[in-house]
Amino acid sequence: MKVHLPNSAFLGNINAFLKTIDTSNPEFLQITSNNKWISVHPVVLCIVASLGIEARSRNSDSPVRCERFTATSKHYFERMGLFKFLELDSEMTITEHESAGRFIPLTQIKNSDSLSEFIKEMVPLLHLEKENAEPIKYIISELVRNVLEHSDSKNGAIVSAQYYKKSNTIRIGIVDSGVGISKTIRRSHRAPTDLDAIQLALTPGITGTTSKEGGTEYNAGAGLFFTKSIAKINRDFFVIYSGNTLYKLLREKGKDDIVLHSDPLDDNHTKDMALPHWTGTVVGIDIELMETAEFTKLLDAIREIYTTSVRERRKAKYKKPTFI
Amino acid sequence: MNTIKLFPTVGAFAENKDTARDMRINEIVPILDKGESLVLDFENIDSITQSFAHALISDLIRKYGIDVLDRISFANCNKTVSKILEIVVDYMQ
Repeated sequence: MKVHLPNSAFLGNINAFLKTIDTSNPEFLQITSNNKWISVHPVVLCIVASLGIEARSRNSDSPVRCERFTATSKHYFERMGLFKFLELDSEMTITEHESAGRFIPLTQIKNSDSLSEFIKEMVPLLHLEKENAEPIKYIISELVRNVLEHSDSKNGAIVSAQYYKKSNTIRIGIVDSGVGISKTIRRSHRAPTDLDAIQLALTPGITGTTSKEGGTEYNAGAGLFFTKSIAKINRDFFVIYSGNTLYKLLREKGKDDIVLHSDPLDDNHTKDMALPHWTGTVVGIDIELMETAEFTKLLDAIREIYTTSVRERRKAKYKKPTFI
Repeated sequence: MNTIKLFPTVGAFAENKDTARDMRINEIVPILDKGESLVLDFENIDSITQSFAHALISDLIRKYGIDVLDRISFANCNKTVSKILEIVVDYMQ
């Protein structure tokens, strides 16, 4: 496998980075990087860490090869725990100080209790105010639980987040190397392509665990829809990449009220269906703190579209007796 | 009246749906099966996820019918908690 850390890779321009991932020869991971400056979204770090874990699980003899980072921003990767995660000696020493403290280094979460612990520790790490913390905690809980319940990932979820002062934004990455969305959704629904599967996974009330509208006693099929809705109401990016396909919710411009849609293809989005195959699922999201709508107002909007959508689909499936 | 306080088990952010399912099966269902009523007390809980609320109450509505809500009361819910509970009750009808 090969991955190159470019000069810049955030959700707006992430396609170019994803296109360069080479997943052939999974026993080895070769990491190269821009030699002047590297600035990347936490989801990029999660992807690299996930590839490193995959290589390590297949090969115990030097599975990760990383050329020496020369970029002046190289210390960021040390702080975020990338080299530690890949079991590489970065030969860097860093001094921890408060101003650089608003981040969550790469973390592997393998079970439900670890997730609960992680969420408790996460809020002070990001120095979040209570009202800003709610959607962030919510998103991480729902997305990581999705991984733990549906992905069959032996490596759990890889999570990382960073606060960006200039844009006042928390950027979050959650990555797994499990079975991917298509396989999960096809357990109960027809989804010929990766895009069909992503579309269904983002639709409220649809889960891979049942074909019933509204889910089972344990799964409602709502986690990804809620997450996308939080991004949409906040006019932020949300990306999901699985199989060969990337779905990207674009940032809404203007000041008009945001309208939520149950069908993600009705949202302002782009899609790329010719990317290198990612076995599991990659999710990246940005949440601009100043734009965080009051969480309860956001829930009102979600309630309306969620309930209407599930009821309409139930009604469409309602069968009447045939009298002849 | 039977009262189940959630905070000691789930903490201020109720998101662990395994815990929600265990509470439903081990604490709530036995009370309802006896034909009794109960109060779910959300005191000190700042927020819950929809997944938690779903795992806690959706199967009660499925199993006993929507009238089960005449026997379950929700106490000390802040705005976030009450709105998420409303979402689950809404789509279960």
